[in-house]
Parts: sequence; structure tokens; C-alpha cells
Amino acid sequence: MAYAEQAETEALHEPKSFLTKYIWSQDHKVIAIQYSLTALFVGVIAVVLSGLMRIQLGFPGTLEFMDASAYYQAMTMHGMIMVIYLLTALFLGGFGNYLIPLMVGARDMVFPYVNMLSYWFYLLAVVVLLSSFFVPGGPTGSGWTLYPPQSISQGTPGVEWGIVLMLVSLAIFIVAATMGGLNYVTTVLQARTHGMTLFRMPLSVWGIFIASIMALLAFPALFVSAVMMLFDKLLGTSFFMPAMISLGQQIDHQGGSPILFQHLFWFFGHPEVYIVALPAFGLVSDLISTHARKNIFGYRMMVWAIIAIGVLSFVVWAHHMYVSGMNPYFGFFFAVTTLIIAVPTALKVYNWVLTLWRGDIHLTVPMLFALAFIVTFLVGGLTGLFLGNVIVDIPLSDTYFVVAHFHMVMGVAPVLVVFGGIYHWFPKVTGRMLNDTLGKLHFWITFLGTYAIFFPMHYLGFQGMPRRYYAYENYAFIPQSAQELNAFITVIALTVGVSQLLFLFNLAWSAFKGKPAGSNPWGAASLEWQTPNTPPIHGNWGAKLPVVHRWAYDYSVPGIEQDFVPQTVSAEELEQMRQLSAGTKIADVKT
Amino acid sequence: MKRLLLRNADGADPGGSWSRDPGGIQATEADRSQIARTGLRLFLVVVSSLFFLFLFAFIARSQMADWLPLTDPLAPLANLWQLWLNSAFLVLSCIALQWSRMAARQARLDATVIGFALGGVFAIAFLVGQFWVWQQFVAWGYFVASNPANSFFYLLTGLHGLHLLGGLIAWGIIVAKFLRRVPLPQLSVSVELCTIYWHYLLGLWFVLFALLASTPETYEAIARFCGLR
Repeated sequence: MAYAEQAETEALHEPKSFLTKYIWSQDHKVIAIQYSLTALFVGVIAVVLSGLMRIQLGFPGTLEFMDASAYYQAMTMHGMIMVIYLLTALFLGGFGNYLIPLMVGARDMVFPYVNMLSYWFYLLAVVVLLSSFFVPGGPTGSGWTLYPPQSISQGTPGVEWGIVLMLVSLAIFIVAATMGGLNYVTTVLQARTHGMTLFRMPLSVWGIFIASIMALLAFPALFVSAVMMLFDKLLGTSFFMPAMISLGQQIDHQGGSPILFQHLFWFFGHPEVYIVALPAFGLVSDLISTHARKNIFGYRMMVWAIIAIGVLSFVVWAHHMYVSGMNPYFGFFFAVTTLIIAVPTALKVYNWVLTLWRGDIHLTVPMLFALAFIVTFLVGGLTGLFLGNVIVDIPLSDTYFVVAHFHMVMGVAPVLVVFGGIYHWFPKVTGRMLNDTLGKLHFWITFLGTYAIFFPMHYLGFQGMPRRYYAYENYAFIPQSAQELNAFITVIALTVGVSQLLFLFNLAWSAFKGKPAGSNPWGAASLEWQTPNTPPIHGNWGAKLPVVHRWAYDYSVPGIEQDFVPQTVSAEELEQMRQLSAGTKIADVKT
Repeated sequence: MKRLLLRNADGADPGGSWSRDPGGIQATEADRSQIARTGLRLFLVVVSSLFFLFLFAFIARSQMADWLPLTDPLAPLANLWQLWLNSAFLVLSCIALQWSRMAARQARLDATVIGFALGGVFAIAFLVGQFWVWQQFVAWGYFVASNPANSFFYLLTGLHGLHLLGGLIAWGIIVAKFLRRVPLPQLSVSVELCTIYWHYLLGLWFVLFALLASTPETYEAIARFCGLR
């Protein structure tokens, strides 16, 4: 392997004590693991909440404590945790932290102390959020979009404490995400090693890089909404609160604009979809290329598609507000931009498929998850085209069709990439392989199970079954068959939920008892697999930084026996490998 | 930023700045300051995004019927002398910091320290002045929840003040380093970053000042231009 000739000019102060090595660590790899474990922990809570909701929907009245308030509280917390505290944190804080320095050949993030603070602020945000379960009135039940006036009006669960804790938690999370984002972007711009040009970076880095820029620009909108709503709630201002009568009483507010909140929220909310999706796009590109032993098709096109999606995602937000009474011309504009964003997105799907075309596909567990992502994202994306059109959206709005759509595209698809990514990079993180049999079992239950859960919801939506109801009995317009389907979905959802224990067990067991992985078990070409130590030690690269000579996708290069060429192999070394391979073939023929 | 993005694109000299020059400590210090500058610029982009969205909300909300302008003849902002005085403090603060920054480049320690200290003192004077304006608002009965115009005044000036307060924390840390006789070359980057941040906050303050002191007709014109009316 080639390394830069120079030794590092600065001393690497490796932490020695347990506290500085594993708790107050400034090492990006430890911070990534901290982020990931915390995100998985809150993710488990969100899964349990969804299980409770499904029991209520499938078998109403089974759980005594599940009244309307508890249902809405579970729904709100489930949504917010999944979108913000699990997916965003895991993709940027977890994968971003671990992969960026390793993939660009840096020793660490450029601001390690700020990086550490980012995690502790995230943890604080999680603690504040979860503390709302233990305050009078419980967490807010206003729905994850927190729309005023209802979210801070009497009658909504958690109106006293829950909503305040939610808003404060979000503000803290945004501070954490900003500290992290500044690190990720600056590291990519400033700390790449010799030869690592922007157009040699793996697509994982591109996805996380652009998503981080988007997070830096979009999260302020959520911060603005949260601060202004806190003012309305705590100081009695009327930014969002209109004059109205609540529980028979005229409230003190007047003149505020709930629609203004919706604009601000969705100016954050829609880019948020891509803040989650772009890292997923990047990671899955690397998984597909590695496990199909083929270079990614249309690399530059993929990069420009990521950038185009990032830009366009800031001008589609109001497609979440078609039924808010907006000017029809606005609706037309946002429908058009929504359809336009489908173009670069579809381009990516085509390129994944073309990468697979005639590839040497290895159906490893990461690859299974990657393939499952493509089809799931396709299904979720196509229903997005339905909902992106105003005239189709209006009748489907607030039905289970919407629930099915966003769970497929924003829930299941990214989660499949999370799983695929963990199965793929776990050997680098721990030096051990995850158990393959458990992994495949986990995959098939999750993949088939999520389809059994969310496919029928499209049908329920077409039937007109509204979302956000906590019980569907005794409504003349909802047929009995819908209730039977709800029971079916619940049984599957619980099965899929419990089956995640397989994954958690696999993680815990394999971290200590798994088969030793070696340094590069998948035969991957990208830089993170070329570290001198596995798991990488503090400083990642030993005495000298690596030098990069090629892109990250040199698989099945003609004339080379080894079916991948690491990014660190120079042209001269490649020629030697060619000659060696030719010599081996001649020797084979002679024998 | 464009130059930064393209610097390492295909065809250009390879290598990130971290390891561009194996020369020695000098190169590493230069790289570190470049990294810090990039980080600060990105942070300022985030702050800009934050205030842009607040201003968008301001303009949108100003078009509701219940908005009572602060620039009316009997309202607190009919006479702007207090805000002009505060602005003068912030301008002086920036001038002092700029002087300090230039002195640091020329390795003149005394001038650097004096300029830097004065910059902080004028900034504190600005904050005290802003607090004084708040007190005037309260004395006149213009409370935070009385009217959305008041709410925005407190919110925007408060957030701007908090950003300056954050800057003053960094300023305090650097002053402490000066007192501990940390060599000037090690602190010149910090002085420069502080100055850039101050200049940004001065620019931001004038945007906020201009908006807060504008008439409802101006808000209406902006709202029409943005399609909010």
C-alpha cells in the first residue's frame, strides 16, 4: 500500500484513560459508535410505541391504558423519534462520523472537540425528549408536525410540559446537528488526503456531505419555528396563534398565523426527507458496487444527481400543504417542482440497476438489504408521484395512502440501508463479522414483513380510511374488511418488531464472539478498508497518511487477477499487478 | 467558496490542505487557520439562514391586521437615537478589532492587545445599550406579548445579542490567553476569526435595524415582492 511520504507534523495525543477513550472521547470512531448506540436505543423505544399503536388499531380496547390521548402521544413520539432522533442522527452522526475521515483519508474530524460536544448535545436532546414521558400530562400528542394552534391549545395531550420539552429538545438537537454538520462539511472540504479529489470520493461521502449542507441550511427553519412557538406558549405572544375560542373560552392570543408555522416547518421538513435519503443513496451505491463487483454506473451523474436533489428539495416544501388553502398557482408551482425532483431521483435508480446489470452479484446480507432498498424506494417514490399532484393528493390527503407512502419511502427504505450499512461496515468497526444466518433471517422477516404491513395500507387509503384516528369502530364509511386488514397488519408489525431482537442479539454477540473479519472481508476498493489496523486505531493511518490514486470503484478490472483495485494502488503498482496476473496465467497454461 | 469547492477537483493538484505541504509546523499552522476560517464561514452561513427565516416570518406576520408599527409617532422607535448610539458602539467595536487584526499581522503585540480589549469593551457597551432600549420598551408599556411587532423586536434584538454574547465568550477566552502571555503568532488566527465574526454581526445588526425601523409601507412592499400578499 502506498502512503504519503511525510510523517505527521503534529503529535497525536492518544487518549489513555477509560474516560477520555470511551466517554469524553474526541475520536470520530468512538463518537460514531456513541451516536449509533444512542440512536438505536431511542429507535427501540419508537418501535415499541408503534407496536402499542398497532395493538390499539388491530385489536381496539386490548390495552386499557391506550385511550385517545395515549395513542396520540405514542404517535407523536414515534414519528419524531424515527425521523429526527434515529434516522438523522444515525446517518449523519453515526455513519457520517465513522466514514467521512476514513473514506477521505483524514486522521479525524477537523474540530474533534466540537464533534464530541455534538454527541453530548444530542444525548441531552434525547434525555430532554424522553423526560417528557415522566412529567405531568406526559409527552405532547400533537402529531409529529406539531401544528399550532392545536399543539399548544388546551385539550391536546401534553400541552403543559410535553410540548415545551419537545420544542426545547428539538432546539438542542439542532445545536448538536449544527456542530456535527460544520465538522462533516469542513472535513470533506479541508482534510482530504493526497490524491483524494472531490470526484474520487465515494458516493457515501457525497451523500453525507450534501445532506450535511442541507441540514445546516434547513434545520434553522425548525429552530425558528420552535423558538417562536415557545414564545407563543410561554410568553403569550401571537406569532402562530390566531384568535379563537378554546373549550368555550376566548384565548388571549390573536392574529397569529398557523400557516406561517406550516411554511417554516415544511421548509425544514421536506429537505429533512433528503437529509435522510441522500446518505442512504450514497451508502447504498457503495454497497451495490462492492457486492456486485462492478464499478458504479455513471459516477459523475450520480454526484450531480445528489447535488440536484439537494437543491431542488428546498423548493418543494409546500406539496405538504396542498390542503391548507393555498393559492392554486402555488400548488401548481410546487407540483411541478415535485415532479422535476423525480428526474434526478429516477436517474439514480436507473444507475443502481445498471450497476447490477451483468455484475457478479454476491447475495451477501448487505447486498440483500441494498436490493430491498431499491425496490422499496421505487414503490415509495412512485406513490410520491401520486401525492405530488394536487388533484390526486386532495382526495388521498389524510388517508392511509399517505401513511403507506411515507413509511415506504422515508421509513422502511432508509432503515433497510441502515441495516445494510451496519452489516457491511460492522467488520471494520469491530474486526468481526456479523452472523450470516441470523442476518439473512433478519433480512427476510424485515423485508417481507414491512411489505405485508405497508402494502395493504395503500388499499386502505384508497378505501378512504383516514389517518390519525385512534379507533376505527362504528364508522359507517369504514367496512369490516378494513378492520380485518388492520388486525392482519398488527400481527405482522408485532412479528417484525420482535424480530429486530435477532439483529440486536447479532450485534451484541458478534461484537465479541463473531468470526474474525480480517482487514477487508468484502474485497472493497474504498479507502476505509485499507487502514493498517482493523479496527482502525486512534489517528486511523499509523505514521503516514495514505495517498489516493484512483476512484473507489475499480472492481473487476480487466487483466488483474484480484477483482478489485484499492484506491491506494498507483498506476505503476497496477501495471505490476497486471504483469503478475499475466505471468500467473502463463504458468497456469504451462502446467 | 467556489474556489474552495473546485480546488481539489479533477485536474487540479491533488491533496487536501491537511497534508499539502510536508514542510513543517508553519504549514500546519496555515492549514489550521484555513480550516478554522472555513468552519467559521460555514457557521455564518447557518446564522444567515436562521435570521433570513426569522425575517421571512417577520414580513409575513407584519401583513396581519393586528400589527401595530413601532415607528408610529407615539411608539418607541419614532425616535431612533438610542439605536443609533448603540450602532455607533458596535461600529467602534469593529474598528477596534480590525485595528487589532492588522496589528497582529504586523506582529505588534501592544496594539493588538489594546485594539482587541477595546473591541470587547465597545461590544459590551452595545449590549448594555440594547438592554437599556428593552427597558425603555417596558417602561412605555411595550411588552413582549402586547403586539407581534414588539415580540419580533425583542426576539430579533435578543437573538442578535445572544450571538454577540457568544462572541464575547470567545473574546474572553482569548483575552485570558493574552494575559497568560501566550505568544502572539498562536493567537493571531483567533483574533482574525473574532474580527470576522464581529464584522458579520455588525452587518447583520444593520439589516435588523433597517427592518425594525422601517414603516409598514416598506413591509408591504417587501411582502408584495416576495409574493406574501
